[in-house]
Amino acid sequence: MSDDIVSDIKRDYIVNLAKQGQRYDGRAFDEYRPISIETGLISRAEGSARVRIGDTEVVVGVKMAPGEPYPDTPASGVMTTSAELVPIASPDFETGPPRPASIELARVVDRGIRETDTIDLEKLCIKPGEKVWMSFIDIHVVDYDGNLFDAASLGAMAALLSAKVPYARFELGADQPMPINHYPVSTTAIKLGPALVFDPGLMEDKVGRPRLTVAHDEHNAIRAMQKGLIGGFTLEEVKEIIATSKVKAREMREQLVKVTGREADARNTKPGH
Amino acid sequence: MKPPPGLKLIDENGRRMDGRRPDELRKITMKAGVLKRADGSCYLEWGNNKVIAGVYGPREVHPRHDQDATQAIVRCRYSMSPFSVDDRKRPGPDRRSQEISKLLGEALSPVVLRQMFPRTAIDVFCEILEAEAGTRCAALTAASVALADAGIPMKGMVASVAAGKIDNTVVLDLRKEEDNFGDTDLPVAIIPKTGEIVLLQMDGHFTDDEFDVAMQYSIDACHQIHGMQKQALREKYLDAAVEKRMSEPAESEVML
Repeated sequence: MSDDIVSDIKRDYIVNLAKQGQRYDGRAFDEYRPISIETGLISRAEGSARVRIGDTEVVVGVKMAPGEPYPDTPASGVMTTSAELVPIASPDFETGPPRPASIELARVVDRGIRETDTIDLEKLCIKPGEKVWMSFIDIHVVDYDGNLFDAASLGAMAALLSAKVPYARFELGADQPMPINHYPVSTTAIKLGPALVFDPGLMEDKVGRPRLTVAHDEHNAIRAMQKGLIGGFTLEEVKEIIATSKVKAREMREQLVKVTGREADARNTKPGH
Repeated sequence: MKPPPGLKLIDENGRRMDGRRPDELRKITMKAGVLKRADGSCYLEWGNNKVIAGVYGPREVHPRHDQDATQAIVRCRYSMSPFSVDDRKRPGPDRRSQEISKLLGEALSPVVLRQMFPRTAIDVFCEILEAEAGTRCAALTAASVALADAGIPMKGMVASVAAGKIDNTVVLDLRKEEDNFGDTDLPVAIIPKTGEIVLLQMDGHFTDDEFDVAMQYSIDACHQIHGMQKQALREKYLDAAVEKRMSEPAESEVML
């Protein structure tokens, strides 16, 4: 049976719990489920990661190949992000062309990386105007138990941090680590009745609305945001989410650095642009 | 992206390329009821943006499995015409427009009294005829007028505008160069009547303080835009009333 349909009883139960300051799995409102990050699991990919947040699981692969630059950025590498909600991950995910939900997911992860200058695209130029590195970040959702946005962006970051630019395979010299400028980390909160809960689990994802995803960089600057789903936030709620998000992002970034063993490239860690 | 040498986004007097102050909107005009077949419509010009929004519904939902037994669904299709931008855009939905469509539908849904029309769809179509930064905000603003023009019961309007940061200054309503070469883009939509934020996206770089200023600029501007939306609706009925009086002889004349 499709679990896209939530009974009123279940809906009321989740919302009433939130009104009493509780969640169905006993977490505090700002508490994340256990996060695990593994990198380098796909040997054919230039970079890869498996991220689990609770029972949500995504596998992200980075593939790279030389290609032609865009005419307006002849000396910059190219990056593309796509996300697939694979039918194995939920009875609600269907085969076929990407639906708006997966497009939104991919674009939010993409913006969190692209607009934050996370990848030093200029360093991914091989010969200006002719040959640059094309990086494809592919997000494969394999188990959906809520909060895909955070799992996907954390997975993308981990995969990028573990990626090697495959110069050797294309006979262009020795492999090099992916040039990374920043460490943006996204956190997502959803509104359940009056409560704002972080890292929504499956039922909270289905019942709660709207949703806000915020990305902070290692200097605590806000780098990207996306409000999704029907409904509205007050300005105070938005500010509250941003403040908590900053703290949570810091914790997750520490884990990311520990697992990948990589700090952002030292000379690039100046604040902002 | 860095601006090309010689291009100054903000001059020494704090004025922008088009002479605007940081918290000043571009020129906006809108007209309600411009389409004959649609149940409601709005044409909007915002700087060089030109947008038509049309509303159909409440009507039957196709495909049927999309319908909601308890309320209407609000669907939005945002689409850019191939001639709206410098390099011809391939017609049809791309990933960007599909994401925007989803967000616009989600931003409009909370104002529509959807429980009044179970099992129906309210379709909102936004056609971008010419684009010059801020099209999603322009489309949302026009869509809200079109919904009201269609007579759809709503608890309020939705007004939208983007703020951003250029040359380390927080500014309202980015124009094309400011969007391309600026540091930050923050599209916002609120329900002016309640203050709820129904669209919020951001990319770039903001400190907490800059974010606060940008939100204040946006919220103030949304209230201003809300005034224009109401005026556009009022004008439609004023025009209709005037026309009616012109075509029908006044009562006093009949008596004579």
